[in-house]
Amino acid sequence: MEMTGAQILLKCLEKEGVDVVFGFPGGAVIDIYDEIPNSSVEHILVRHEQGAIHAADGYARATGNVGVCLVTSGPGATNTVTGIATAYGDSIPVVVFTGQVPTPLIGNDAFQEVDIVGITRPCTKHNYLVKDIKDLARTVKQAFYLARSGRPGPVLVDLPKDVITASCEFEYPEEVHMRSYNPNVKPHIGQVRKVADLIRKAERPLFYTGGGVISSRSHEELVWLADNLRIPVTSTLMGLGAYPGEGDMWLGMLGMHGTYAANMAVNNCDLLLAVGSRFDDRVTGKISTFAPHATIVHIDVDPTSIQKNVSVHVPLVADCKAALGALKRELKPSLDQVDCGEKRRDWIDQVTQWSQEHPLTYIDESDSIKPQYVVEKIYEITRGDAIIATEVGQNQMWAAQFYKFKGPNSLLTSGGLGTMGYGFPAAMGAQRAFRDKLVIDIAGDGSIQMCIQEMMTVVCNKLPVKIVILNNGYLGMVRQWQELFYDRNYCETCMDAQPDFVKLAEAYGAAGFRITEKKDVESTLREAFALDKPVIVDVRVAREENVYPMVPAGASLTEMLLV
Amino acid sequence: MSKHTLSVTVENEPGVLSRVAGLFSGRGFNIESLNVAPTLEKGVSLMTIVAEGDDQIIEQIVKQLRKLVPTVKVRDLTELDSVDREMVLLKVNAEDSKRAEILRIVDIFRCKVVDVSPDELTIEVTGDQGKITALINLLTRFGIKEIARTGNVAMMRAMQSSL
Repeated sequence: MEMTGAQILLKCLEKEGVDVVFGFPGGAVIDIYDEIPNSSVEHILVRHEQGAIHAADGYARATGNVGVCLVTSGPGATNTVTGIATAYGDSIPVVVFTGQVPTPLIGNDAFQEVDIVGITRPCTKHNYLVKDIKDLARTVKQAFYLARSGRPGPVLVDLPKDVITASCEFEYPEEVHMRSYNPNVKPHIGQVRKVADLIRKAERPLFYTGGGVISSRSHEELVWLADNLRIPVTSTLMGLGAYPGEGDMWLGMLGMHGTYAANMAVNNCDLLLAVGSRFDDRVTGKISTFAPHATIVHIDVDPTSIQKNVSVHVPLVADCKAALGALKRELKPSLDQVDCGEKRRDWIDQVTQWSQEHPLTYIDESDSIKPQYVVEKIYEITRGDAIIATEVGQNQMWAAQFYKFKGPNSLLTSGGLGTMGYGFPAAMGAQRAFRDKLVIDIAGDGSIQMCIQEMMTVVCNKLPVKIVILNNGYLGMVRQWQELFYDRNYCETCMDAQPDFVKLAEAYGAAGFRITEKKDVESTLREAFALDKPVIVDVRVAREENVYPMVPAGASLTEMLLV
Repeated sequence: MSKHTLSVTVENEPGVLSRVAGLFSGRGFNIESLNVAPTLEKGVSLMTIVAEGDDQIIEQIVKQLRKLVPTVKVRDLTELDSVDREMVLLKVNAEDSKRAEILRIVDIFRCKVVDVSPDELTIEVTGDQGKITALINLLTRFGIKEIARTGNVAMMRAMQSSL
């Protein structure tokens, strides 16, 4: 049956199982919007294209499925670039459809024309300009396949207006065949045996896990290996939730704002099992002193991650789930012969001692509200059953430190790119995916103002996202650096001039609360979380509270500033 | 730091050259020359890239090239038995008094004169890096007015074991 490009696109989305698209219309995509009412795909109208891409990203992180975003040409497309780079930084599967001027006008500086394929080439896994309607269905199929397979990532498809108004027979390919794209997902059995042997022999092994464990859904394998083999676990920011925050083997996050126990464990382990993590500079600190006594094993589906930042002794290129599953099969039979509890008793005692000597802590006060206290209360109230989004900065680190993530896909945060303004629209995407779940954006007063316009979207779409602003009147993380390393020169980080967040919430039709007394924190949060509507809770926290521990940039992980 | 010659086959699709070039510029890798042309196989082009770096950088370049979706195959020819050639056009000052000597050099190096004017010769030379460098060194003293180089093209030698 002959269909227009717009009809074909929507049919393709239906076939890919897409139930929702976050977007914003414009001249170049008007024909697609004309067809949306005839499709089963729901469209959520955002108030800025950056909101659309972050929402699609949040949807993807919360569900593990591909998030989809639809915007118009020119400024519509460029407004998604930050969000695309955010998804790229954290390997999140997102497909972005952008409108484009008609093919005869491409390159002529037409109205609202921009070379979005050129602009996004370095920050997409791949991108396409569809020049012929006959290529449309195949391209969409490939885009979804690329986004979700191998190391996931954002894929952009640019759609010229004449392609979406043209017609042709619709045929959706059953399978994707790309001779040039064959990600290696199966582990090499020889390497698996080598790693298993190292694990058997290690006296002080340590798991260092990343977002790859979550995107490959290998958390169950990780928990099994860690618990049965008595291997402590630390993770990157992106890996939080893969191993439960209250699990026996959990040491907390490592790196710049990691725990004392995790950083000391890295420094003293004899086997470092890096799984789906990429040795980011925020994690390693000074490379030359990172894990100095360890044999390093690196499991990753992306070969480029291996040997990029640190020298690896045993690489294992594979999907993390396949690799950890193979390790489990290899190690399970020998469990009876090796008493891991006995063999690693000293090591477990040592890390436990580090955890007890220097737990994550803060100096609580009765006359001010400490931001860590607020996060602790959020955890207590939700019992770890919420989806937590964060903005970027101190709020993000306090959330990472003091909220104990129970399971995977429960933290939405911009780790790789550090995108302020990410959390709220991402929470909106997650809330759309799980309407009945409690979704909370832990925000700073600076970050929340970057995409605050999406309040209207959540109100219109009855998405009851809760925003908790840890309001200290500063761009707090930069202020912290200025305090510690720039002689307290708080240049342009003071945000005294602020909107009235309570009135702002009410102006959008949401609810607003302000907390200025410590005694009101718990009750007000409970009241806010119980409301079936979007809420802003403006918590006035201690202004110059810092995030500790802290490893100064470029220092070794053991050179921690403690509370 | 050493020079490596990489042979990269890619899908011949729009933008593939800028994907490759962008990979180098975006990651701060040095690219010395890059040559690209279609192969016998429909829809596939061959790139010959000469890049400089230490082992770790070259490993990253190879892996990053493989990671690009349109990349079919990447081979580092440096460690393999391969042939490489470059073609260069040189426009050289050639007044009457120098002309005979220049032509003698052209003859020795088995180059070709492809254009002549009263005071210039344009010479075409094909060969490996050593030959090209030697010729340029010899002609420099006459005054090279213009130079155009293709950059290396390279290929693995036929499998010796199959002989």
